[in-house]
Amino acid sequence: MTTETLATAVPDKKTTVRREINALTGLAHLALLAWAIATAGPLIWVMLASFKSNTEIFLGKPFALPQTFSLDTYFRAWTEAHIGLYFLNSIFVVTISTACTMLLGAMAAYVLARYQFRGNRFLYYLFVSGLAFPTFMAITPLFFILKNLGLINTFTGLILVYISYSLPFTVFFLAAFFKSLPHEIDEAATMDGASHTRKFFQIMMPMAKSGLISITIFNIVGQWNQYLLPVAIMQGAGADSKWVLTQGIANISVQAGYHAEWSTLFAALTLSIIPMIAVYALFQRQIQAGLTAGAVK
Amino acid sequence: MRHGKYPFIIGFLAVPVALYVTFVVAAYIQTFQLAFTNWSGLGAIEYIGFDNFVKLWNDDLFWRSVGHNLYLLILLPIITIAIALVFAFLLNVGGGRNRGVWGSTGYRVIFFFPQLMALAIVAVIFGRVFSTDESGMLNGLFPDSWSPWLFLADERWALTCILAVAVWQAVGFYVVLFSAGMGSIEQDIYEAAELDGANRITLFFRITIPLLWNTLQVAWVYLGIAAFDCFALINIMSVDRGGPDGATSVLAMLIYRNAFEYSQAGYASALGVALFFLTLTFAALTLRVTRRDAV
Repeated sequence: MTTETLATAVPDKKTTVRREINALTGLAHLALLAWAIATAGPLIWVMLASFKSNTEIFLGKPFALPQTFSLDTYFRAWTEAHIGLYFLNSIFVVTISTACTMLLGAMAAYVLARYQFRGNRFLYYLFVSGLAFPTFMAITPLFFILKNLGLINTFTGLILVYISYSLPFTVFFLAAFFKSLPHEIDEAATMDGASHTRKFFQIMMPMAKSGLISITIFNIVGQWNQYLLPVAIMQGAGADSKWVLTQGIANISVQAGYHAEWSTLFAALTLSIIPMIAVYALFQRQIQAGLTAGAVK
Repeated sequence: MRHGKYPFIIGFLAVPVALYVTFVVAAYIQTFQLAFTNWSGLGAIEYIGFDNFVKLWNDDLFWRSVGHNLYLLILLPIITIAIALVFAFLLNVGGGRNRGVWGSTGYRVIFFFPQLMALAIVAVIFGRVFSTDESGMLNGLFPDSWSPWLFLADERWALTCILAVAVWQAVGFYVVLFSAGMGSIEQDIYEAAELDGANRITLFFRITIPLLWNTLQVAWVYLGIAAFDCFALINIMSVDRGGPDGATSVLAMLIYRNAFEYSQAGYASALGVALFFLTLTFAALTLRVTRRDAV
């Protein structure tokens, strides 16, 4: 219908518009393709280089195929560079801290969103104000707080800090979410004699599922990618066995620099990127929704 | 019905509030306290008034770092938002008849991926991409007759390289964010404007941007916050961590080195306070400048 109107009303206009669109579409594809190559290029280069020997890396063209696809470099990345250990450490820390962040964050958000009591507003703003401060500002005292508690260089310390610094956004987002849930079901459950705790776990949590999933993804990605906190907290004697992936990779890079031996680093990088790609391929839609959720709110 | 309300509230709030107060609130408050001491991190704490701030005022590296922070603060949002807006527009409206170009989902999936990667890993990859010898991706791609570019080792270009990587990582996220915003703009508006003879450029500036204003504002704030914290990139990528010769030093880097390498916990906290006021100024300015009536 629209095209018809266009055709009858402005016949000359239509052809110019069409031509303009074709030219624009061509340019659009060119620009988009260029950026796609710029995005994927470095990652493909890393993966190709992970199979190459040091000589090949230096003398060959960056995107030339490796002479052999041997898994030697991967073997070394796993055993000597301990990439597997760092990976498991990351999984361990993020699993526990995200689970606890979600549980504690949802509990606080629920109470702050749906119960009237003295100090409610104060606590809410106390949590939300955490969003306004850069983590960097607190890093010096944070180190000494942990030191006094004997938590430096421990997983417990790192996990507790991850939870604490994830709470502002989690509470902020989930409080808004719990507020938007209908009150009728809540009241009906109360009439039926459900306790507050039961209502939370059996009625409210399932109803808030979509919000919980978004923020879980947001927290997993955020905590998995954290670099400053582990670098500041996991230091001291024997810390290297407790490093998380980001820290470990950064250190492998420094070590590789000393020996100018890059292939192990590329294998380690590939090993840390591949799982991300796999997870992304599976949950692409949810991940995009989860990460942009905060900005859309 | 009110039975057990307060025990329940306290039970649910006790642990999260305790954790938050211990590790977050207390740390922020102590930053302000330590900023007025010459504490090294060990031993007794001695208050020295505003000495740290005087030192900071006279510290050349501090002002250069603030300058670098401002450089990133201005350029990172402008470049990222400009690129992301154009791409989002092309993906959603570029294909004619106000539909996206062919393959727009595929592009979106690829563009978004870097956002998922840790900044630390991105930094390690680009440290190699920018390598000064033939083992680097870019120098490897250049013709053999060229002498290798220095990139991060060149004082004049080091910070620009860091900026480029930050843009590389951020664009995809904002393409997806702006796409979501553009998707919610009614098609009728575009069609009506086209009937009135508006071309694509006009559509972009007169319809898309005003209707996306709130999202743009959020993007600006997010990118501004990211610009204040390029610690992972600079700590891992730059020569001599903040170098060469301080050319990539930013406040975050200074805070880290003072706190954990130079045993200057007091001075590091004063830098933290400076960072706080810079962030606050940025947030206030953003809100003031971008405020306009909702469309």
